[in-house]
Amino acid sequence: MRLSDLLNFAWQVVRGSPGRTFLILLAMGIGVAAVVAVTSLGEGARLYVVNQFGSLGTNLIIVLPGRSETAGAMPGVLVGKTPRDLVLEDALALKRSHAVRRIAPLIVGAGDVRVGARRRETPVLGSTADFIEIRRMELAQGRFLPEGDPRQSLPVCVIGTRVAAELFGTRQVLGEWLRIGDRRFRIIGVLAKQGESLGFNTDEIVIVPLAAAQALFNTESLFRVLVEAKSREQIRYAKEDVEEIIRLRHEGERDVTVITQDAVLATFDRILRALTLAVGGIAAISLAVAGILIMNVMLIAVTQRRREIGLLKALGATSRQIRLAFLTEAVLLAMGGAGVGLVVGQLARNVALQLYPAIPFQAPWWALLAAPATAVITAALFTVVPARRAARLDPVQALSRR
Amino acid sequence: MIRLAGIERTFIVGEEAVHALRGVNLEIAAGEYLSIMGPSGSGKSTLLNVIGLLDRPSAGIYELDRRDVTGLNDDELARARREKIGFVFQFFHLVPRLNAAQNIELPMVLAGIDPAARKPRLDRLLSEYGLEDRARHRPDQLSGGQCQRVAIARAMAMGPSVVLADEPTGNLDRHTGQEVMAVLERVHDNGGTVLLVTHDPEIGSRAHRRLRMIDGEVVGDERS
Repeated sequence: MRLSDLLNFAWQVVRGSPGRTFLILLAMGIGVAAVVAVTSLGEGARLYVVNQFGSLGTNLIIVLPGRSETAGAMPGVLVGKTPRDLVLEDALALKRSHAVRRIAPLIVGAGDVRVGARRRETPVLGSTADFIEIRRMELAQGRFLPEGDPRQSLPVCVIGTRVAAELFGTRQVLGEWLRIGDRRFRIIGVLAKQGESLGFNTDEIVIVPLAAAQALFNTESLFRVLVEAKSREQIRYAKEDVEEIIRLRHEGERDVTVITQDAVLATFDRILRALTLAVGGIAAISLAVAGILIMNVMLIAVTQRRREIGLLKALGATSRQIRLAFLTEAVLLAMGGAGVGLVVGQLARNVALQLYPAIPFQAPWWALLAAPATAVITAALFTVVPARRAARLDPVQALSRR
Repeated sequence: MIRLAGIERTFIVGEEAVHALRGVNLEIAAGEYLSIMGPSGSGKSTLLNVIGLLDRPSAGIYELDRRDVTGLNDDELARARREKIGFVFQFFHLVPRLNAAQNIELPMVLAGIDPAARKPRLDRLLSEYGLEDRARHRPDQLSGGQCQRVAIARAMAMGPSVVLADEPTGNLDRHTGQEVMAVLERVHDNGGTVLLVTHDPEIGSRAHRRLRMIDGEVVGDERS
């Protein structure tokens, strides 16, 4: 039997019972669409996170006090001492490394910000002039913190757009004064609107010089030191240098944790890929269910078409031809269902894109291949039993029943 | 052309053995027009199925075109049926979703004959059996007589050695039955071998050779 005849024969069956065909297309379509839609969500989340890291600044290395990797949360407790603080001198010493382009020490606290009678609780960041470069932030107006000795406390600040709007309304803010706690700061710049970036809404912060923040929060210890390596290749050397410099300054103790953005990114990437794969797999279960439906429908078809199978055998069809006819029919249905599913899945993705334009929903290429392939293979596997049953029918008995 | 020697066919029903054929010996020459008659349960249909290679005898030798076919496997039997046997059934057994032309073409499709070669044969069959204007009609749009003409044309599609007709008029009124018989007899007139199973004496007596079967044995063999 020629392939074109086989396909045509199966096509006649598929066309001949539209209700049955519609149900199978629906089941297979839902399965494939579910896989496409769900993996689109997962992949969208992954790309979103990757992009967010990109916006954090490239070649970024983050130094935080305490060593979390080797001894759990509080290594100092067991040996009777707390982790050493990370201080400004540690941060400045990092500039000695040839692999480091710039650094920005960082203190974070919550401040009570007031202008006249208006007040607002906002996160207050203390840092230095290089912070804006390292974090890849933009200014809407004015300028950022001035260069100069970071130990010097200048009464200036840079604020987020939302803070500006809430404290000043539509008034001009540059050159105005605001109070944080009992200190006064002159506004020299407003950050460009950027929105949420990994937990920090940069529209809602106030940035002051590091020394001012130290005085405000009455602390010497840094929350983080942000380090930018000179290039992507230099990240590794910069990290080694950072660890070595701090170790020497901390009397040989390795008591800081150094995170490279690459490593964090790679971890997130791995987690989200695994997650996408997992939810895709769960969605693929519906394909197995659709496969069972196909098996059921085919088993019924074998019973319904007994006479036809008997006739085909009388006309000289071999068992192989009968099996092939059933398999072709199932594969044809599965391919149709997969096609419907791909279209519906993409439509679902487009709807999601309309609802959340910020997240780049997109089915990964492997899902676009695997979902239809799984549909077809499942259909074929689940048709093996019905097809064999059909092929084994005794033609005399099959023909004798009306 | 067909030689049966000591053919037995035993069915096991429950724990009982039913002997449908008991030592049938029969020779049929090419070009014969033969009917098998007998009461129901006499084994005439079983004999037809054995000759048509749909059923295997439990014992005995069956030679078709001077070749022993008792030892063939399923696929070889299927191929032999395709090439040597044409079936005509009481209930027509047309594929309901295929039109008349597609039904007639089916044996050629199963044989893997390419569409270009099928076309002239199909056209010849359609005109020979007067079905040209019914080619695109599905079985439910055809009369009983037309359905049986389609079935006969299909049986002739591969140019078989023998046409086996099992009660071909059993589902037709008398007048249409006569018409269908005329079509079958034309197959015989053109040199074909026709084997007919019926319990209608009027139909059976038209054949040139008439077998009578009772209880799985051939008890009469008349020629005219």
